[in-house]
Amino acid sequence: MTDNDILQIKHLSKNFGTNKVLRDIDFSVKTGDVTSVIGASGSGKSTLLRCINLLETPTSGDILYHGENIMKLKGGAPKYRSHVGMVFQSFNLFNNMSVLKNCMIGQIKVLGISKQEAQQTAMHYLEKVGMAQYIKAKPRQLSGGQKQRVAIARALSMKPEVLLFDEPTSALDPEMVGEVLEVMRALATDGMTMIVVTHEMNFAKDISNKVVFMSDGVICEEGSPEQIFVNPAKQETADFLARFRSS
Amino acid sequence: MNTFNALFGDVSKLWEKYASQYLTGALNTIELAVVATIIGCIIGLACGILQTIPCSKTDNIIKRVLLTAVRAIIRIYVEVFRGTPMILQAVFVYFAIPYLSNNTVRLDMIPAAYLVVSINTGAYMAETVRGGILSIDIGQTEGAKAIGMNHFQTMLHVVLPQTMRNILPQIANNLIINIKDTSVMFIIGYSELFAVHKGITGATYLYFPSAAISMIIYLIMTVICSVILRFWESRLDGPANFDITTTDTLAHTSGMYSYVGKKDQSEAENGGAR
Repeated sequence: MTDNDILQIKHLSKNFGTNKVLRDIDFSVKTGDVTSVIGASGSGKSTLLRCINLLETPTSGDILYHGENIMKLKGGAPKYRSHVGMVFQSFNLFNNMSVLKNCMIGQIKVLGISKQEAQQTAMHYLEKVGMAQYIKAKPRQLSGGQKQRVAIARALSMKPEVLLFDEPTSALDPEMVGEVLEVMRALATDGMTMIVVTHEMNFAKDISNKVVFMSDGVICEEGSPEQIFVNPAKQETADFLARFRSS
Repeated sequence: MNTFNALFGDVSKLWEKYASQYLTGALNTIELAVVATIIGCIIGLACGILQTIPCSKTDNIIKRVLLTAVRAIIRIYVEVFRGTPMILQAVFVYFAIPYLSNNTVRLDMIPAAYLVVSINTGAYMAETVRGGILSIDIGQTEGAKAIGMNHFQTMLHVVLPQTMRNILPQIANNLIINIKDTSVMFIIGYSELFAVHKGITGATYLYFPSAAISMIIYLIMTVICSVILRFWESRLDGPANFDITTTDTLAHTSGMYSYVGKKDQSEAENGGAR
């Protein structure tokens, strides 16, 4: 491994009962990488992301964060998770808090930052995603696209080193997909390290510098966007992408 | 008509003579019911948090044994106190302590009554809270974990506030049940409203007029509690609308105003909730 590897996934497997969802996954993420994970539904993309954030406990294998095994990390999962942000398909904003509070609570309670500083940071990121006007709103009063932008601001407020996106636009109406992708595009330009599970092929092609194609719980092929989208080495990759083009 | 006149006469006669006793009884009833419901809620919340601590096979053995023991104790507690009549629990607790300590320790009837009603309510609340926690979407927990919160923080800041809102109607139920069911505490001599009624009828033999007075007092107490808790619920829901905020001070002149306290009006303006 090299020094700028943030995350290294080694021989990761995950079983749900007898169902082998992930089999022997190996890949690494460098600072500033934007990795898109693509593949059919049920190929294990989301499970991989949830394993990286320890929302699912891997059955076997190791995840190294700056060379340290996170399964044996001091302070356990919560400490590690505060360095690795996650944006969910279903937003998961805290329904009992306003937009501003959603972006402050983690900073105050987990990072131990003062209220004023937390508010400044929260406002900074809410402005960045274009939601600063809505700080008093409750999640239920927002549209899907707005909720997802707040969720991104909430994750950013924790100043994570890596941001994981689990199909961030899949639950959105078509006309709201654009506003969320726009925010993610800006983040990528700023040099944020991201792993994005997505069905937005154009986004994967334009924004990421690395594409991982998953099929049946294994990484079928990985490489640069040109390599995957223009000259796929594997027949499965070509078939998958052909299905997308024809639809 | 004559019977109604007679009843009215008896009621007013009783009220003139015993009003302060009825009111003291009512006060004792409401005190016991409110305090025991609050303590019961705290017991229920504690049980709810303890019962939902996640436990996986990869955790160390001490944690797993401890958690299993805690869950078993809570389960037994719930089954015993939910599954036996409160009137018997009162007798049981009140007489158990002197009996087991050879009459050296005695529990006064007032602490005994508070203790019994509290732990009885706690047993019901434990299940209510557990149900309330289960009803909160798992996404809320995952969202909290994803920003690094531990189980306790997740519960305290995210899950329980939402649980509390959802179980408030059930808490109201418990309070009202307690106002009525504390009447069984007459069995250990706690002088709440029903005990007062019994005492007065023993002296006057005016069973029906006294029962009529007690019924009305109970009904007034329960209706007031019901209204207060409904009001609290609507407060927790917060305003239906929110202000668009801006850092541009020039925009303040453009007629932006606060919706706070103007819930109904602003709802009408916006054509209902979004």
